[in-house]
Amino acid sequence: MAFKHIGKNFTPPDVRAKVTGKAKYSEDFRAEGMLFIKLLASPMPHAIVRKLDTSEALKMDGVIDVMTADDVPNIPEPQMPILTNHPKYVGDPILAIAATSEQIAADALEKIIIEYEPRPFVIDPLVSLFPGGPDVHDSGNVALFRGKAESYKWTARDFAAASDDELPRGKPQGEWEHGDVDAGFANAALVLDETFVVAGHPHQSMEPRSAFAYWENGKCYLHASSQSHTFNVPDYAKYCGIETEDLILIAEFCGGGFGSKGTAYPIATIPAHMSKKVGRPCMMRISRAEEYYLGSRRNGFQGNVKLGFSEEGRLVAADLYVVQQSGSNDSFPDYANAGEALSLVYTPEAMRWKGIPIATNTPPTGAQRGPGQNQLACVMEPLMDKAAKTLGIDRLAIRDLNAPKNDTVFGGRRSTLSSTYLREAMQSGADRFNWEEKKNESGQRNGSKVIGIGVGQAFHPGGSSGFDGLVRIAPDGKVHIHTGVGNLGTYSYASTSRISAEVLGCSWENCVIERGDTRRHLPWNLGQFGSNTSYTMSRTNYAGAMDAKMKLLEIAAMDLGGAAEDYDVGDDKVFSKADPSKSLTFAQAAQRAIELGGKFSGEEMNEDMHAITKASVTAMAGTGLIGAAKDNHPSKGLPPALAASFMKIELDVETGKYEILEYVGMADCGTVVHPQGLEHQIRGGGVMGIGMAGLERIVYDPQNGLPANIGFHQNKPPSYLDVPLEMDVGYVDKPDPTNPVGARGIGEPLMGCAAAALLSAISDALGGVYFNRTPIVPDMIINALADRPQSYKTLQVSNQ
Amino acid sequence: MSTKDVMPQFALFQPTDIENALDLLEKYGDRSWKVAGGQDSYDWFKDRAKRPEAVIDLGGIADLHGIRETEDGIEIGTMTTLTEIVESPIISGSYGVLAQAASRVASPQIRNAGTLGGNLNQDARCWYYRSGLDCYRAGGNTCYADTPEGMNREHCLFGASRCVAVTPSDTAAAVVALDAEMVIRGPAGERVVPAQEFFIGPAVNITRMTVVEPTELLVAVRIPSKWAGADFYFEKVADRNTWDFPLVNVASAMIVKDGVVEDIRIVCSGVECVPKRIEGAEQIAIGSAPDAETADLAGGTASRGATPLNYNHFKIPLMENLVKRAIRGDA
Repeated sequence: MAFKHIGKNFTPPDVRAKVTGKAKYSEDFRAEGMLFIKLLASPMPHAIVRKLDTSEALKMDGVIDVMTADDVPNIPEPQMPILTNHPKYVGDPILAIAATSEQIAADALEKIIIEYEPRPFVIDPLVSLFPGGPDVHDSGNVALFRGKAESYKWTARDFAAASDDELPRGKPQGEWEHGDVDAGFANAALVLDETFVVAGHPHQSMEPRSAFAYWENGKCYLHASSQSHTFNVPDYAKYCGIETEDLILIAEFCGGGFGSKGTAYPIATIPAHMSKKVGRPCMMRISRAEEYYLGSRRNGFQGNVKLGFSEEGRLVAADLYVVQQSGSNDSFPDYANAGEALSLVYTPEAMRWKGIPIATNTPPTGAQRGPGQNQLACVMEPLMDKAAKTLGIDRLAIRDLNAPKNDTVFGGRRSTLSSTYLREAMQSGADRFNWEEKKNESGQRNGSKVIGIGVGQAFHPGGSSGFDGLVRIAPDGKVHIHTGVGNLGTYSYASTSRISAEVLGCSWENCVIERGDTRRHLPWNLGQFGSNTSYTMSRTNYAGAMDAKMKLLEIAAMDLGGAAEDYDVGDDKVFSKADPSKSLTFAQAAQRAIELGGKFSGEEMNEDMHAITKASVTAMAGTGLIGAAKDNHPSKGLPPALAASFMKIELDVETGKYEILEYVGMADCGTVVHPQGLEHQIRGGGVMGIGMAGLERIVYDPQNGLPANIGFHQNKPPSYLDVPLEMDVGYVDKPDPTNPVGARGIGEPLMGCAAAALLSAISDALGGVYFNRTPIVPDMIINALADRPQSYKTLQVSNQ
Repeated sequence: MSTKDVMPQFALFQPTDIENALDLLEKYGDRSWKVAGGQDSYDWFKDRAKRPEAVIDLGGIADLHGIRETEDGIEIGTMTTLTEIVESPIISGSYGVLAQAASRVASPQIRNAGTLGGNLNQDARCWYYRSGLDCYRAGGNTCYADTPEGMNREHCLFGASRCVAVTPSDTAAAVVALDAEMVIRGPAGERVVPAQEFFIGPAVNITRMTVVEPTELLVAVRIPSKWAGADFYFEKVADRNTWDFPLVNVASAMIVKDGVVEDIRIVCSGVECVPKRIEGAEQIAIGSAPDAETADLAGGTASRGATPLNYNHFKIPLMENLVKRAIRGDA
């Protein structure tokens, strides 16, 4: 199928504002009489606030008010609170002060007298699981995503059964099994049984989650740093204590979220509550340190994986147990995602998965790019290398042998896939990288430098369905594409809007994207998370644009004779297929739609759409030709996002430092909608993966529950000098049958495959030292090279 | 905790000559704070972990700025920026180890604002101390880093005395390797201190890193011609390749005559509260060829006397390897 817009590069409309600095983020807004908010953060990892005296602070000139947990809606634990009298991590916000300047607010914080009753705290999930171990929440230590907490304790016997280097395994929270796992291991030619740790590092968003709010005529105007838009409006309204229609969410730009701003988060409503209390606009600027405290982070893993391989390298049995370090809130199901990812990417003939998420007195966690899938890639890919080397098989061949195919079923529910071309991505990437020659460079020495060759692959679900598309053709002929998906920074909001232009056969210059502000009449869309946008929003916009197209054809038939199917759209017109001179411009058609009313101009609409979409359609009724429809396109199987990568490094055996000499990243994401956007995603994901695997440190003092990494310079995301200058990228570009344009999502595995490739390359350079630990930082490499013991215990968390 | 990101009030003074600055320092004493490039100072203030009454901005004092040739080497004003040091033909031509060290400090933006004086006088980076905790160095009566569970990967191998912080300075190792002299002005006039004595450990004074008193000012660094054009080596090993402090670095200056090491200085930062001269390795190298055999022998002694903490014994092989490389002259 030849496309006019899909697969072509274009300049997204908000790029210019970003590069010129004109883009306004939440923190950049100002309003008459605005106050500044500062937060009092808990200095203790776990405590109860017993006494609070704000009188001295309130006496200060310029201090307007103080707000505590008692003044805001109570969000029951284990969800994140807005403010709390029961702080559960160092940095947990206890109260907010509003003052006429930020400095006065900060000075006033020092006048607050507060008494804490310290509670037992826990950093290591296994300590909480031990009999008598502390629970973070009043109701327990296992807090399911959006669920309640309950207490799990393993028995002392469970712990005694494991040596110091083994994961103790008691009763899991979740489990599934298929096939005969034990028989698989019994018959395997090689069994690997490995204990692992993966650190849960912060999201590192460049824009801290500052928020600004004011009220007018009963409506709350909230500027929040958000990846998503309409999807977050109901929750933000709930956190504000108002009806959905009374919340105006303004979120035009987002300085990075990586999952941490995908859904609404309660603290963004602190300025809304304060503003309501004091009757003035309120700005809450979040500092970098605060962003590290309350800005969310990935779930950490402690686990064990047992893998049984046949002589040929086929994975005949797998047994995965994940203990998740979930932080101080409800748990995103990374631990379950990891099991599904193992099953999908390596297709074991029999598999058992068990897992349990444990709350810890560390910052709240949330989905981060590849939540569970990318930790799994870090665990599994070096072990696939280990198996290949032990069995004498090529490392690419063992992956190919176990790779998913179009008829693969996976996970505990034996789910199916819409399509998968991971093998093609691996092979095509291997060709670009020149794997057959490069693999022979592995271990080559040049002075103190040694070559390591790495390979990695990763998965994440890549799309959803059932959301509403909305376009309006104005009487001037302009096509207004309304998108409520959000703008997390990948420009996929814009590239998927081009599906509407494709369907309507109109020029891109004639299109206007309406987004970023609830007042722009946005439809109900899924948020920008979960690598879903390219798939979900291409379906959604296809649905909305098809509805508009059908109305154009009907109007043409009505006015120019014949039947709707005698007409087509193109060049901003609807025209007769038989006689293209018989046509209506979009402007004419829109004017006719207004005259006709009813469904043509939005006075009537499909009932199956979401209330938010209906309200937007109603607000625009009579102003043009309205196309509005729910995505009811058929679905079959999970659309996967899949990625592969290759890396060549040169590691210095005297310093433990390495240079990444070459990188190839490959995407399997169906039809490519926006090549330039995709290429940036592959590179950006690659950089983030390098950080996850080799740099981003999480250190907690276990005695005091204190975090060491509350600045970029301490947490160490990669710099330009830590990543290759050139990163080669490619993609399979084969259409997915369940998407009207063939697209699937891709964002998340692009990070996991790079992280895995770097871990693989480091182990390769070291001649087969497998750390079973992510990240691998220089001191670990130096100790391995010097044949010295590592400083950490096998299962220790929060120390790298 | 250090979440505040808002400076408290202080009086700001911007003197334009050294005398005026010294008058202010004498007046405010330990209630004053000297700001050079400000790259560390402003963080301290924003965290409200240091709260001076008077901040004295040295940026307007022309006499503190610039690189001058002297009868015996060069004199560098302490407000000379790190970028100026990197780009100075005379420093990169004759005293290259200092240019190399300066080039590895932090990031380009920080080097453009950060100064030699600021880099040499910078405070310890121990994360507990920086968190605003009441540790010994902050005037309290405990050390959080040196406990059974303390997270002390970046801390010292040598010279612990209640405090286990290290010098984080890249240029400090270089000025010690170059036998630099530090010119200090104060109420009693001028004194000149050898670089190696300029830096002090916690046993001498636990609340500061150099001999400079609150009422004094480091005005210049003099580098004698003795090491001009010597064989230099500098290498910094950090987690990241920019904007990071050294896990360990090494700076060396070596004079080789007839294939034999005539004299040598080898100095490491990141292993002790002061830049550590590796004198045993120096003595092994002197009189020998700077080859792999000498390097291995000398490097192997570099960590002698090290008493590692729970998480930092990797610094032992790392500093040994860096000393070997300094003698070999190659990575």
